[in-house]
Amino acid sequence: MIVNAQNPSVEVHNLTVIYHKKPVLWNIDFALPRGEMIGIMGPNGAGKSTLVKAILGLVPLNSGHAQILGEELKAVRKKVSYIPQRQTIDWDFPATVKDIALMGRFPERGLFGIIRKKDREIADWALEQVGMAEYRNRQISQLSGGQQQRVFLARALAQEAEVYLLDEPFVGIDASTEASIVNLLRTIKEQGKTIIVVHHDLHTARDYFGWLVMLNASLIASGPVAQVFTDELLRNTYSGKLTVLSQVGDALREHNFPVREK
Amino acid sequence: MILGVLSDFFLLREPNLKLVVTGTILLCAIAGFVGCFTFLRKRSLSGDVVAHSVLPGICLAFILSGEKNSFVLMLGALITGLLSLGMMEWISRRRIARPDTALSLMLSGFFGLGIVLLTYIQHEGNAAQAGLDRFIFGKAASISSEDVSLIQITALGILVLVFVFKRGLYAISFDEEFARSSGFPIVILRTILSVCTVWVVTIGIQAVGAVLMAALLITPALAARFWTQSLNAMLALAAIFGAIAGYAGSFVSFSAPQMPTGPWIVVTATCIAGISMVLAPRRGILARWYIHRRNRLKIRNENILKLFYQIGEKSGQMQGRILKEDLLNYRAFKTEQLESGLKTLVQHDKLNHELESYSLSNRGLAEAQRIVRLHRLWELYLQKYLHLAPDHVHDDAEAIEHVITPEIEAQLELLLGNPSIDPHNTIIPPRR
Repeated sequence: MIVNAQNPSVEVHNLTVIYHKKPVLWNIDFALPRGEMIGIMGPNGAGKSTLVKAILGLVPLNSGHAQILGEELKAVRKKVSYIPQRQTIDWDFPATVKDIALMGRFPERGLFGIIRKKDREIADWALEQVGMAEYRNRQISQLSGGQQQRVFLARALAQEAEVYLLDEPFVGIDASTEASIVNLLRTIKEQGKTIIVVHHDLHTARDYFGWLVMLNASLIASGPVAQVFTDELLRNTYSGKLTVLSQVGDALREHNFPVREK
Repeated sequence: MILGVLSDFFLLREPNLKLVVTGTILLCAIAGFVGCFTFLRKRSLSGDVVAHSVLPGICLAFILSGEKNSFVLMLGALITGLLSLGMMEWISRRRIARPDTALSLMLSGFFGLGIVLLTYIQHEGNAAQAGLDRFIFGKAASISSEDVSLIQITALGILVLVFVFKRGLYAISFDEEFARSSGFPIVILRTILSVCTVWVVTIGIQAVGAVLMAALLITPALAARFWTQSLNAMLALAAIFGAIAGYAGSFVSFSAPQMPTGPWIVVTATCIAGISMVLAPRRGILARWYIHRRNRLKIRNENILKLFYQIGEKSGQMQGRILKEDLLNYRAFKTEQLESGLKTLVQHDKLNHELESYSLSNRGLAEAQRIVRLHRLWELYLQKYLHLAPDHVHDDAEAIEHVITPEIEAQLELLLGNPSIDPHNTIIPPRR
């Protein structure tokens, strides 16, 4: 079940990513709509995070390509904001909440552009949006998990991006904080932005997202929640039917074979 | 005589002394400055790798040029230093070997090669080779005016590089993927940091030697991190700490000429780091110990007040007079703990002290009531929302009652609907 959106926010063709000879993403093809909350679902090791990184050009692609807002990544970089997994960050870094929000202006200003008063105002505005304005001078090491996530969201907002990619934003966050962050994301969506979330909780998926991408190394489904959130597709996504694929991966690795004939 | 030594040093009377001291201070300051990024990127050991892998470069440059020109030797050092860092990154990124293995491989491999080349040079009979071994052991006292100008160029060059690329360096140190997705040239930024590191190491090993060079990079940064929460302040502080260590090292070896400069610099820097570790606000050991102690005393005092309240509930006289022995019978306090707690509470006007007995003052009663109330609210919350059995909630509440803030209290009230009975069917006292 693969529905391709017209005038897509993110479009992916023949995308294959291989780490150390092991296929992580296998020939993925989809087109996601604009102005929607989109969930990327799948079991552990399905390649969800890798898919996001591949879209952002953060991992080398073995084949295929990704387009954002109908253009190559390079042309629209400023309009795309990435929120990495909280756990990958050193929160003991010497920086304040305000510093992180201001980083959201880096893509616009580049390496050497001067940070202006307007940039600071935008960063302040972003912190207000996520309810972190009163913590602006606080050290990031003193934040709770939910607050860290909000600060990252503020950084993305300060970037004034069109497309937001969030990698597992709700890991290690309590339910009420999760709810308030979801509300925040919905408000951003209401402004016509596209929000793509790597998510693993099946219970909340139907409620949070309007569109789902189901992944298990290959693409199982992509489409509006109502059409995609079915028992059969969920079974396909979460069943172990891909053992053969991982065996192929092991074989490739063992014999040092290339994945594509060149 | 001592006074003479001191004034000679502080006034930098000898021209040579002036050279050595200014050179050493500047060098240590700039090493501390660059070290901040190495430290923040968690590459603390890469300074060690560079310090050992510049040796073959220096030797090769000498063999090829046949003379001891500082600029030429530095060029050689820069090449093998960068090469070792690059190979180390490549090996661990490609997962050919684990990062720690790659690190020791590069460190020992390059250093081994360096020693081989150095031995070759020393037996080849070129008279110019004398003094090359200072790249292994360092010899600050032999800093020449040419060295000082090289150090000045290094310091200036690194300052300019760091300030020009500061935003990028900051971004890759904090969150490399964000930096990359922002369109920053990651490889170039990484290379700039590597160049700065190799550059300062090459200059620095002449003063302190290969083995101690890493300390010059990392120790001032570590010390600075304890005192500040901002990157700019950290950079400045690390430079200052480095400079102090450099100054102290030169002073020791000046006043006691048989003492080596390099090791003294490192020992001083380590002492500064140690002092910071103990004294720094918030992060320091003393500050943590103080907070810990304050909490312990708060818990003790609150427990004593609570005891008065509980005895009062039983007797019906909330502010009745109670003997110390009776308190001890009620709850297993250590006698000296109870005594010092009672003393503090009397001082704080929470208890009245008459002859042998104590009673709650009005302030004390209010506080005791608040603690008992929080304890029982929390028990109720645990029972209602975490479905714990009534006989399991008490121990938990014993600890939590001391940290519940008025805001959390208000939330509990809201959730529980301002209750008056706790899980043990005792009355929850009203809020005052």
